[in-house]
Amino acid sequence: MVIDAKDMSFTTLNEQLRSAGEECEINGCIGQRFIAAGNGTQTITINGVPGNALGAYLTGAKIIVNGNAQDAVGDTMNSGTITIHGNIGDAAGYAMRGGQIYIKGNAGYRAGIHMKAYKEKYPVIVIGGRAGNFLGEYQAGGLIVVLGLNTDGKPIVGGFPCTGMHGGKMVLRGSVEGIHFPHQTNARKATPEDLAELRPYLQTYCSSFDYPLEELLNSEFTVITPNSKNPYKQMYVAN
Amino acid sequence: MQLEGQIRIPSGCAISAIISKEGNRMTGEKIIQSMIPMHDRSNGLGGGFAAYGIYPEYRDFYAFHIFFQDDSCRVECEKFLKDSFEIVKAETIPYRKIPEITDIPLIWRYYVAPLSSILSRLQLDEKEYVARCVMQINTRISGAYVFSSGKNMGTFKAVGFPEDVGRFYRLDEYEAYAWTAHGRYPTNTPGWWGGAHPFTLLDYSIVHNGEISSYDANRRFIEMFGYKCTLQTDTEVIAYIADYLLRRQGLTLEETASVIAAPFWSDIEQKDPKTAEQLTFLRKVYSNLLITGPFSIILGFNGGLMALNDRLKLRSMVVADKDDKVFIASEEAAIRVMEPDAEHIYAPAGGEPVIIKVKEGAY
Repeated sequence: MVIDAKDMSFTTLNEQLRSAGEECEINGCIGQRFIAAGNGTQTITINGVPGNALGAYLTGAKIIVNGNAQDAVGDTMNSGTITIHGNIGDAAGYAMRGGQIYIKGNAGYRAGIHMKAYKEKYPVIVIGGRAGNFLGEYQAGGLIVVLGLNTDGKPIVGGFPCTGMHGGKMVLRGSVEGIHFPHQTNARKATPEDLAELRPYLQTYCSSFDYPLEELLNSEFTVITPNSKNPYKQMYVAN
Repeated sequence: MQLEGQIRIPSGCAISAIISKEGNRMTGEKIIQSMIPMHDRSNGLGGGFAAYGIYPEYRDFYAFHIFFQDDSCRVECEKFLKDSFEIVKAETIPYRKIPEITDIPLIWRYYVAPLSSILSRLQLDEKEYVARCVMQINTRISGAYVFSSGKNMGTFKAVGFPEDVGRFYRLDEYEAYAWTAHGRYPTNTPGWWGGAHPFTLLDYSIVHNGEISSYDANRRFIEMFGYKCTLQTDTEVIAYIADYLLRRQGLTLEETASVIAAPFWSDIEQKDPKTAEQLTFLRKVYSNLLITGPFSIILGFNGGLMALNDRLKLRSMVVADKDDKVFIASEEAAIRVMEPDAEHIYAPAGGEPVIIKVKEGAY
């Protein structure tokens, strides 16, 4: 089914989307919020600019955006895949607790803020270009990968990455010289095990955006993790 | 009705702007359209626009836009204006009656020039005199509020959604080389006509998305220099800070940005010694004008715009261009409405000012 979103409110758009069947295409999207919030099983292709909180609470659906996306994509998403053929705004994957977000280009500030993992739930964000400040702020679980394929000469991450990080893993491709990571984290070279874990996600990135995998792998990778299981253990009370 | 300060309303906001670097004038239609996809960022308690280059036939006169609660305060205010200025024209600002905009005050426009005899007696610079007169009206004449006082520019604001406010003021009939717009979602206050954005003094106008936490520290400092914050809303103080730093202290736009969104000390340490010294100087001298808390603002002035985010970037803002035009908005969707083929879309970093100036002589 094809939905023409021109002049349509987000309420109407989401109502139509919920009864649109397994495959759906939205054309002329222009800032409607909460698209596919909580949706499962569908495959949704969006042409235009989806509004904030795209795929919030997503529960299994597959979203493809042929362009840029705005703020808070995949807010608290549970499962499913969001693929952005462009750049993404601030707070991508906010409190995400499962599923995957692939961004061809750059991410704004605070990507992966408050990401968490639990048992089989393991959220993943792959950013093709660079990320803004406060990447992985308060990260508690899951995986954030930044590939640094941006061509604007800006560093792969902005200031204050991993602030308050206390769980999960961040992987940066290429040199991390000059990037300051906070004391409670540990930055090290990726091991073969790390790369093995990474490989399927990079494969998906490459097949989604038509990029050669060998070229991606032909680089050093740095892994950043909190340097203990509970870095704030002694901060307030012994717990 | 409860006014600002008497009631607290929890919080969003939308801002948008368009400018032609060539000084080409555009009607208000596009800027109004840009607010539609951001409708839900406002709650109908305030909308407004600033337009630059709209009064070319009166370009040498200050255009005062004034709200009056009733005729008695209008008479009182007009007496003050007659004593202080040469009034070359007085008229009501035309509007379209639409059901969405109600409780309309009296809305007047005066084109004025300061009386030279008074200026020479007071030994005041013209702009300072005009600014003081605006403060006097806003603090001393109850029921009168000057909401626009610049040359060859004007602001238009009301309680309502911005797209309705734009239709109400017939902005499709004005032509400006730069427009800014705001949709309000009052954070602490109930929303009345004066409290809508933009906030202005002389030709400086501010639209703001956010809620600054340094309001009272900023207010106490700025009130030492003759400014009076009468509206109990945070954005007002930003307009006065802009006027103080740019006009009275003679700072550049970049310096002003490094005062209000000062870089962190840890960032200053990384700079070369000369830049670090400059930034340290500004932080120390104007420490009371550091604005903290979330903001994305667009400052309008004769001949240009400056967009700025707080240094932590707690609000969204994107910039794009196409040919001679530059677009700024809280959301990319708003830019796409103004120009579907907008190019070079990017989100400026926190504290990174985006300054757009119109070609000299084209405004």
